[in-house]
Amino acid sequence: MSAASHSYLQAGRGIGSWLLTTDHKRIGILYAVAIATFFLLGGILAMLVRTELAAPGETIIGPDQYNQIFTLHGVVMVFLVIIPAIPGILGNFVLPIQIGAKDVAFPRLNLASWYIFMAGALMAVCGWILVGRVDTGWTFYTPYSSGASNAVLWLTSAVFVAGFASIFTGLNFIVTVHKMRAPGMTWSRLPLFVWAVYATAIVQVLATPVIGITMVLLFLEKLLQIGIFDPALGGDPVLFQHFFWFYSHPAVYIMILPAMGIISDLMGTFSRQQVSGYTFIALSSVAIAFLGFLVWGHHMFVAGQSALSSIIFSMLTFLIGIPTGIKVFNWVATMYRGSVWLRTPMLYALMFLFLFTIGGLTGIMVGVLAVDVHLHDTYFVVAHFHYVMMGGALIGLIGGMHYWWPKITGRLYNETAGRIAAILVFVGFNLTFFTQFILGSQGMPRRYHDYASFMASYPEAAMLNMASTAGSYILAVGLVMILVYCLHSLLRGRKAPPNPWGACTLEWTHTGPVPDAHNFHETPLVTRGPYDFHIADDVFGTADKDL
Amino acid sequence: MNNQETLWLPEAASTVAGSVDALFYFILWVSTVLFVGVIGAMILFAWRYRRKSPQDRPVPVRENKLVEASWIIIPCILVAIVFVWGFRVFLELGVAPPNSYEINVRARTWSWLFEYPNGAASTELHVPVNRPVKLKMSSEDVTHSFFVPAFRVKQDVLQGRYTYAWFEATRQDTFQVFCAEYCGSAHSLMVTSVVVQSQDAFEAWLADNVLDESLTPAERGERLYTQQGCFACHSLDGTETTGPSFQGLAGSVRTFTDGTSTEADANYLRTSIVNPAEKIVAGFEPLMPGQYATTLSAEEVDALVAFIEEQ
Amino acid sequence: MSLSPSTLKHYFTTPEQQFDAAKLGMWLFLVTEILLFSGMFVAYAVYRAWHPEVFAHASELLDWRLGGLNTVVLLASSFTVALSIHFVQKGENDKVTVLLILTLLCAAIFMVVKYFEYSGKFDHGVFPGAAFAPHGEGGGHDYAEYDMPFAAQFFSIYFVMTGIHGVHVLVGMGLFAWLVTRVIRGHFSPEWYTPVELTGLYWHLVDIIWIFLFPLLYLI
Ligand code: HEA
Ligand code: HEA
Ligand code: HEC
Ligand code: CUA
Ligand SMILES: [Cu+2]
Repeated sequence: MSAASHSYLQAGRGIGSWLLTTDHKRIGILYAVAIATFFLLGGILAMLVRTELAAPGETIIGPDQYNQIFTLHGVVMVFLVIIPAIPGILGNFVLPIQIGAKDVAFPRLNLASWYIFMAGALMAVCGWILVGRVDTGWTFYTPYSSGASNAVLWLTSAVFVAGFASIFTGLNFIVTVHKMRAPGMTWSRLPLFVWAVYATAIVQVLATPVIGITMVLLFLEKLLQIGIFDPALGGDPVLFQHFFWFYSHPAVYIMILPAMGIISDLMGTFSRQQVSGYTFIALSSVAIAFLGFLVWGHHMFVAGQSALSSIIFSMLTFLIGIPTGIKVFNWVATMYRGSVWLRTPMLYALMFLFLFTIGGLTGIMVGVLAVDVHLHDTYFVVAHFHYVMMGGALIGLIGGMHYWWPKITGRLYNETAGRIAAILVFVGFNLTFFTQFILGSQGMPRRYHDYASFMASYPEAAMLNMASTAGSYILAVGLVMILVYCLHSLLRGRKAPPNPWGACTLEWTHTGPVPDAHNFHETPLVTRGPYDFHIADDVFGTADKDL
Repeated sequence: MNNQETLWLPEAASTVAGSVDALFYFILWVSTVLFVGVIGAMILFAWRYRRKSPQDRPVPVRENKLVEASWIIIPCILVAIVFVWGFRVFLELGVAPPNSYEINVRARTWSWLFEYPNGAASTELHVPVNRPVKLKMSSEDVTHSFFVPAFRVKQDVLQGRYTYAWFEATRQDTFQVFCAEYCGSAHSLMVTSVVVQSQDAFEAWLADNVLDESLTPAERGERLYTQQGCFACHSLDGTETTGPSFQGLAGSVRTFTDGTSTEADANYLRTSIVNPAEKIVAGFEPLMPGQYATTLSAEEVDALVAFIEEQ
Repeated sequence: MSLSPSTLKHYFTTPEQQFDAAKLGMWLFLVTEILLFSGMFVAYAVYRAWHPEVFAHASELLDWRLGGLNTVVLLASSFTVALSIHFVQKGENDKVTVLLILTLLCAAIFMVVKYFEYSGKFDHGVFPGAAFAPHGEGGGHDYAEYDMPFAAQFFSIYFVMTGIHGVHVLVGMGLFAWLVTRVIRGHFSPEWYTPVELTGLYWHLVDIIWIFLFPLLYLI
């Protein structure tokens, strides 16, 4: 294949060649750097939250700071990390190569998306520093938010702006998948990662405008008191909640679907097996994307919406378990009679299965009307969504980063360090958040700076919170370790072969160790499916030899 | 019925708690079985079919339509059961029996006020045991949420409309009420108790708490200080919380954020209550609610001023 | 198709592919625009359902003649845009220039009419939100009569919806001005005129949204 001198990494030098690039691979890396930074920021904020909660009463920060910190934690993690993460980083890097295209359909729009995203992010962070701190929670419920400090104006604008980046990314991928596939790359030969990012893109395009207009209306409510959401002016606060969740529930599938795509690819590659139920997995992504639009009311069972709508929303919520279950069962079945290779990416795939199943099943629990009345706005919900967001989406991302790392950087990382970090993350994560299930079902409300009053009825709360805080430190150590060995790999990692895992998709079989600037010398002709290991014996020989 | 606290759920002290708990445990156990099944199979396969050498060539597995169908159908049946069950318990939670005793609930940043049919009012909820109680709730400012874990009851409380909750307490004891909807700085302190009493004790308590016309203005002010929730932000012992303490406030010199200052006479206290946004005391945020001009009568404001002057 | 290599981007294999991609992208963008407005339509529908009389009464203040004039103007501009695409396909670029300038003019007329409508409201204290305080008389209306609960909501929704629509018209004007300069510089040919076609699509959407806004706000 091509010599290293043609690699996209060497295609241009200097900071300008990165900041003005329209190469989808380099844009993917721009996203990676930005998002890792925001993840670090969000994580530090999380550590402050956990440290404050280590003991009842005031530990390190006062109530106002606490409220501002968990708000920023939520906003950063949701809007600046998890929503853009997988489409932005891996979608950009991998998707065009996987379908045999030279780039996305609109490379300049792609770069513009990154700048819009950064503008939104900087507005959020600078607004925070220069204008004032918001303490509304990431949900911005009115009338609290429309009465709070003017900094809300900045943060809502930031979310509005970042939303456009998400829309443009989704739009780009839909067109790319429709129009840019290489000859022979039929819909039934698309890697499942592509299917997943495609389904995600549909949700991005259809749902994000609604958060856009919601933020505009909230902005105007705050600025001009237009009386749409504020009850004191004749508005309806529940309407705001409907608007907010009409986006934010589909948004959780923007977070999880691409991670599911990664898991499908990992399961196939590391089991050396045709992914079980390919068509079912592909179509269940679309089913989840569709159903995801019909369940937003499950966040409002006790908010004062009508009983009838609650009942309908609850029923539809359960339905989502079915296509998700199809995926989970098929992933497990993929390993059946395979050749399961437990390298670091696969460890994360198994970890995903473990954590996401817990998160998903507890999602069903909070979807049950009568049970949610008790669990709503308690730590049970906090635990649920960390299991699906951190345990699901981000673990999927971390697994994917480990999988594609050699292709992105041309280097291998230290496998032993990778495994140790994975174990730390797994143990730390469960200790942090499993304890929160118990706290929550015992009734500990969320967004509580001080849980001394809760301890009056449940003294064990002190012990469990301490355990949760300890867990979060272990988790942090694991994550920092990943950062360290990745940096080490960049600087002096071993050179990677073109296809270290013996995978079957185009980015591994048709490019050099690192792809060229234009991906391929000539457009590949696709003659087999993405997981046809049995007719692709050639790829096995290329796998890294050390077992 | 089991009143004992368990690993998962707090003690149960209302009639509906039993049904909610049964449903909770049913799903918990079904989920556990599903989880163990999925993860058990995962671990089994990962071990049994682990790669032994790079020469490993797995046997392609044919897709089995029956298996594929079974994991669509079985979850469908499970969710159907859970849905119907959850729906019935929800109806039980939602509809108060017709003979319920009705109590008015007012929520505001950051305290609760409970008003009884005979005119009594208190910041602590008192209810008779074994009698359905219906709460008619509204908020004076932002959204709050009434939550009693022991009763498995939660309902958001909104401004400008009524929402309802009901329960029938089954044990004489004191339980905690939390605010479960984020409402600002002292959200986690918006906590009170619900005292479940025998019918007799409850009635005696009610009689004690009706408004007494013979009180002096300062005594009425003291009562309003509690009932109107001023205590949530203003202490009487000099500690500064969200707002300045009332101790020694009257007659002292107040400095404001705009640099001006004034002596806290009766007129100043009056304006501070009815128009708190006019002057913001230095060192504090403009957090005092603005609605007292409409919710308090002139007489009540006078009583509060009289009370503050005595501190 | 003869096509200068400069307009075919290297990552596309055929001009058809490139054109289809651009068109699909534009359609998707229009979908997001519709969703953006549908949020406001929902707010409108909800408040109208709650306070039908107030909304019916408040809408009397809007002058249907001005709204109707604007409707005609926008429809005409949609027509000129469609014609311009027809002629660019034939390579008659002079006509294209004239038609695009006409479109630009229509859009400008629309904005001028809007200006008079808005300022007529502002003069009588009809503002969105808290500043809403109708007073005085004009155009056969006693404005004070409209100072009723929830009328402010109607006007807030009116200003927000027409305001955001107006922003879209302004963006459209910018696009047309840019197109005119490009036509004059001879950038388009029957082989390649994607920007004209896409801007046309956008402009039709702006028109269609107005077709919904006009009856909802002015007539019923
Ligand atoms: C990545 C993000 C993500 C994902 C994927 C999910 C997935 C799901 N969520 Fe979650 N959720 C959040 C993020 C997410 N959620 C967030 C952020 C909040 C809180 C927001 C806030 O208030 O701040 C929340 C809150 C939330 C609530 C509101 C709780 C409350 O506030 O009271 C509910 C209620 O129904 C819910 C339900 C579900 C369900 C049913 C799923 C389903 O998609 C799960 C489906 C998966 C499975 C079911 C497991 C696998 C399936 C099987 C093993 C097959 C067998 C299954 C059956 C028989 C059912 N979620
Ligand atoms: C993607 C979403 C996401 C993620 C990943 C996390 C991660 C974490 N969250 Fe967060 N959380 C939310 C989304 C998320 N959270 C949301 C939406 C809320 C609700 C907010 C609200 O109520 O409004 C919330 C609320 C919330 C609360 C409840 C606060 C309250 O209600 O009072 C708590 C408490 O324990 C908490 C803890 C944590 C912890 C310990 C982590 C840990 O997992 C964090 C670990 C991360 C690090 C320690 C950083 C290390 C990173 C690096 C070293 C960078 C290296 C880079 C690479 C490896 C690439 N979170
Ligand atoms: C949500 C919190 C909150 C509640 C409830 C509240 N206040 Fe205040 N109050 C404040 C804050 C904060 C300040 C200081 C800022 C300011 O001057 O507005 C203040 C200031 C005052 C002052 C002026 C004090 C000074 O130091 O000069 C008076 C008098 C007062 N409040 C009376 C009351 C009374 C009476 C009630 C109940 C009927 C009440 N407040 C309820 C938050 C509150
Ligand atoms: Cu009141 Cu939280
Ligand atoms: Cu949801």
